Amino acid sequence: MALSADESSRLAELLTSRATQVTQRWTEVMAGQLRGRLSQAELVRQVQELHRALTDALGKGAADLTAEEATELRAVLAELSRGQARQGFSATETASSIFGLKDALLAELEADQSVGTLRDYVAFSGLVDQMGLFTFESFVRTRESLIADQAEQLLELSTPVVKLWEGVVAVPLVGTLDSARAQVVMERLLQTLVDTGSPYAIIDITGVPAVDTQVAQHILKTVVAARLMGADCIISGIRPQIAQTIVALGIEFGDIATKASLADALRHVLRLTGVETSRRQPRREA
Amino acid sequence: MTSGVDLGRPQAQTVGSDEDVVRVRQLVRTVAVAVKLSLVDQTKVVTAASELARNTLVYGGGGTVEVTAVDNGRKPGIKIVFADSGPGIVDLDLALTDGYTTGGGLGLGLSGARRLVDEFDIQTAPGQGTRITVIKWSR
Repeated sequence: MALSADESSRLAELLTSRATQVTQRWTEVMAGQLRGRLSQAELVRQVQELHRALTDALGKGAADLTAEEATELRAVLAELSRGQARQGFSATETASSIFGLKDALLAELEADQSVGTLRDYVAFSGLVDQMGLFTFESFVRTRESLIADQAEQLLELSTPVVKLWEGVVAVPLVGTLDSARAQVVMERLLQTLVDTGSPYAIIDITGVPAVDTQVAQHILKTVVAARLMGADCIISGIRPQIAQTIVALGIEFGDIATKASLADALRHVLRLTGVETSRRQPRREA
Repeated sequence: MTSGVDLGRPQAQTVGSDEDVVRVRQLVRTVAVAVKLSLVDQTKVVTAASELARNTLVYGGGGTVEVTAVDNGRKPGIKIVFADSGPGIVDLDLALTDGYTTGGGLGLGLSGARRLVDEFDIQTAPGQGTRITVIKWSR
C-alpha cells in the first residue's frame, strides 16, 4: 500500500518531533528480540541510522519502499540484514527488529491522538511491513551467498593430496564424489604427481558413503589418467559393504590393485619399491 | 537425521539436479536405517537408489522419487518408486544388458540396480515415461 504525500509528510513530522521517544522504544523492542547478542551502543547506532534514513525518505515524499527517494533507506536496511545474517541471527529476529518500529509508533500515537489517526497508522504499518520483507529478502540473499561460498571452500578443502612416503602420494576422498569434485580431485592428483615426481598414488575411499557407477567411473578415469603419466594407482578403503555392492553392480576394477585399508595400500607400495618394513625388537629396560 | 521423517507415509523428493540425487540418497539412507536394514543392505539400496535417481534425471529429464517404509507381515522393508515422464525405454531387454549405455556411463546402472534390490518392477513404453518400483526387505 502506497502512502499519500500527505501521510508521508505527517509521518516524517511525527518521526522528527518524537525522535527520542520513538528510537528509545524501538531500541527496547529490538534489544528484547536480540537478547543481548548485540551491544547496546551498536543497537542504538543501528536504530538511529534507520530512523534517520526513514525520516529522510518520508521527508522527500517516498510513497513506498521501491520509490527512488527510498534508495538510501533500502541500502541501510540491506546493510543491517547483511550484518545480522553474518552474525548468525535468524531471519525472524532480523525482520522482527524492523517490526519493532510499529510498537514504537503505536505508543506515540496512543499517547497523543493529535499527531495522527488510525488511517495513518495503517498506512505506515504497510510501509514497515515492506521494510520487514525487504530485510527478510536481503537476509536470505546474504545467507545464500554465504552457503555458495562455503560450498566452494568445501570443494577446495575436501580434496587434499598428501605425500605419504618418498614417491607415494595419497588422496583421501570424503563425502559425495560428484562430477565437479571428481574433476578437482583428478586435476590435483595429476598435478601433484608431476610436482613430486611420484610413481605411486593411493586413492582412499574410506570416507565415500556409497560407490555407485558414476563414482566408480570417476575413479577409473582418474586411475587411467594417472597411468598415462606413468604412475601406478592403488584404491584403498574398500569396506565390506562397498565391496559387496560393487560386485552386485558388476563394476570391474580390472588389474587395478585394491586394498581394504590405507595401511595395506602403503605396505603394498613399499614392498613394490623395495622398502623393508620390519618390527624392531623392543629395547630392554635396564 | 531420523527426526522429521514420518515413516508412516511416503516421502517424496523431486529430482531435477545432481543435488537432488544426493538428497534422494540421504532420504533412502534415513528410511533404510529406520526399518533396520543391515549395513550391507543399506549400502546396496542406497547405491541402487543413486543409480535409478540419476537415470531419472539423465534419461527421464527429471521426475519424482517416493520412498516408503513397508511391511509384508513378516519383515519390514523399504519401497522406492522412481517416476519420470521422459521418452521411456524402447528396448527394455537391451537397456537391462550389462554394459549397454546411451549416455556415456558404464552401462551398469539399471542392470546393477536390479541386482542390488529384492524386487524390481519397471513399467515403460516409448513416449510414456518410465516408472520403476524397487523393494529391499530386511533380513
